Amino acid sequence: MNTQIEIAGVTFKNPVMTASGTFGSGMEYSEFVDLNKLGAVVTKGVANVPWPGNPTPRVTEVYGGMLNAIGLQNPGIDVFMERDIPFLKKYDTKVIVNVCGKTVEDYVEVVERLADEPAVAMLEINVSCPNVKEGAIAFGQKACALYDITDELKKHAKQPIIMKLSPNVTDIAEMAKAAEAAGADALSLINTITGMKIDIHRRRFALANKTGGMSGPAIKPIAVRMVYQASHAVKIPVIGMGGIATADDAIEFMMAGASAISVGAMNFVNPYATSEIVDGIEAYMRQYKINDLKDIIGCVE
Amino acid sequence: MKQKTKGIVLSQKEIAPDIYDMWIETSLAKEACAGQFVGVFPKDKSTLLPRPISICEIKEDKTALRLVYRIAGAGTAEFSKLCEKDTVELLGVLGNGFPLKEAEGKKVFLIGGGIGIPPMLQSAKDCDGDKQILLGYRDGQLFLKNDLEQYGTVYVATEDGSVGTKGNVMDAIAANNLKADVIFACGPMPMLRAIKKYAAEQGIKAYISLEEHMACGVGACLGCVVKTKEIDHHSHVNNARICTDGPVFDADDVEI
Ligand SMILES: Cc1cc2nc3c(=O)[nH]c(=O)nc-3n(C[C@H](O)[C@H](O)[C@H](O)COP(=O)(O)OP(=O)(O)OC[C@H]3O[C@@H](n4cnc5c(N)ncnc54)[C@H](O)[C@@H]3O)c2cc1C
Ligand SMILES: Cc1cc2nc3c(=O)[nH]c(=O)nc-3n(C[C@H](O)[C@H](O)[C@H](O)COP(=O)(O)O)c2cc1C
Ligand code: FES
Repeated sequence: MNTQIEIAGVTFKNPVMTASGTFGSGMEYSEFVDLNKLGAVVTKGVANVPWPGNPTPRVTEVYGGMLNAIGLQNPGIDVFMERDIPFLKKYDTKVIVNVCGKTVEDYVEVVERLADEPAVAMLEINVSCPNVKEGAIAFGQKACALYDITDELKKHAKQPIIMKLSPNVTDIAEMAKAAEAAGADALSLINTITGMKIDIHRRRFALANKTGGMSGPAIKPIAVRMVYQASHAVKIPVIGMGGIATADDAIEFMMAGASAISVGAMNFVNPYATSEIVDGIEAYMRQYKINDLKDIIGCVE
Repeated sequence: MKQKTKGIVLSQKEIAPDIYDMWIETSLAKEACAGQFVGVFPKDKSTLLPRPISICEIKEDKTALRLVYRIAGAGTAEFSKLCEKDTVELLGVLGNGFPLKEAEGKKVFLIGGGIGIPPMLQSAKDCDGDKQILLGYRDGQLFLKNDLEQYGTVYVATEDGSVGTKGNVMDAIAANNLKADVIFACGPMPMLRAIKKYAAEQGIKAYISLEEHMACGVGACLGCVVKTKEIDHHSHVNNARICTDGPVFDADDVEI
């Protein structure tokens, strides 16, 4: 039975990854799951300098999911290289570093700092965070801007790059094609969907930022549809995420066209979710006598 | 080690309007200490996230936890329906707890305001100082007062003046002319701000338990931060995580 997946020349022991921002750099959840068991740990977004993030409340629950407006709080690339990379190096899993920035130069700086770090297998470029005012999302909502930043980062990156797409666009296929045309090695989607919640008793927004990104099981059908559309519009591999809670969800994303999957908000609900999904995928393969997991990728036309 | 685990409800009763008192048998009790909390999961699938609830009391033989909570919405309303022998999923134990050693042999205020009173019970049990317990209530529904009286001298303040000092716990301190060398407190933000100010003026230490909306409860999502005076070891941007670096902070260290 082969659960190995290859993306842009990098081999993952299985397709199960952690969604950026929901798993820190693995430290906190290493009390619950054996990180060695995961295909990859995808880190919280890291910028060239520390970012303080948004005021609180930053998180709130909504029907079947949650809204967050963390605002990409991160300690900056210096602390990340000194603390998080050495921690992750101890594990036999692939490390994907999620990169954020306000300007193209910010992104380039982080990408260059990581270039000579062999422990980093791939970079995931977050151009789709709905919670920061400048930069970031702007690159992810216009195909030409996405093309330009992808093209620029490809000139500086030594590791393969994954462009993380926003669902807050009219045509996801157009965005996927723009990233591919500019040389992206892979795509990941979906980032959170912009939402809002009002506390009717206090007559206030539930989040200090007013809007927040929605994630969790309630967004899954939208994510599956977008993964299907994006993966059928391009030849590069797609990493799917959005509401994944179980192995069944993971397999659904793979059948829609995802080569790998990430678990986000559901880590908060079931801290063992990633590990259980690895086991569940193997059980599914046994049940249906699947020898190579790759065979199910995009199998539903 | 933190874990998500099933607990079994041993008993539950309403001890004041909308305030419930529940004992849960759980292995988490083994590692629990005063001022820590657990995440309690509602079963309704539309409510996914764990609800942070403070540990009110730890059973002597460390096999059960007591939670006292107010109905505040869908999750706590669901918990209030739990009966003996029902199971409930818990995440824990979370947070740091009160540094009760700081009070050894000293005069101490244990201050609880409203639904911040529950964690002060185990704190009072475990604290070795000369204990003056200040409790702030809205009205004459004095939940947990009898429990707390076993562990120190209790002073009550009520907003409506029906029992004890009319006003808040700070008014009770003034009215009774009380003094302390160290403070442990949990309650609403205006109360904690007043305590921070009071402690600074008196030149004494105050350890306050903070609250914020949480998602993971384990330090991964960065949802639950509070501004800190110094750059903290984790975020490097003066944002400590209430769920892991707290919920108890030296009042001097946080900007509230
Ligand atoms: C460290 C800590 C300890 C706490 N200890 C207690 C306690 O001992 N007794 C008690 O009655 N309450 C306590 N609370 C508050 C309690 O967590 C909330 O009342 C509860 O989460 C409300 O859930 P709900 O589903 O009933 O309300 P809803 O409003 O329906 O909840 C919606 C979402 O908002 C969150 N939320 C709502 N109010 C709060 C709040 N005040 N603080 C944090 N999250 C909130 C919920 O967890 C949930 O994710 C504590 C909070 C924290 C942070
Ligand atoms: C609390 C939180 C923080 C997040 N932070 C990031 C981030 O730093 N960078 C990023 O690219 N995506 C971030 N995301 C988006 C997730 O990686 C993921 O794309 C999204 O939540 C959808 O998956 P889910 O429904 O499984 O959570 C965050 C999501 C959450 C809930
Ligand atoms: S609730 Fe996630 S970091 Fe505190």
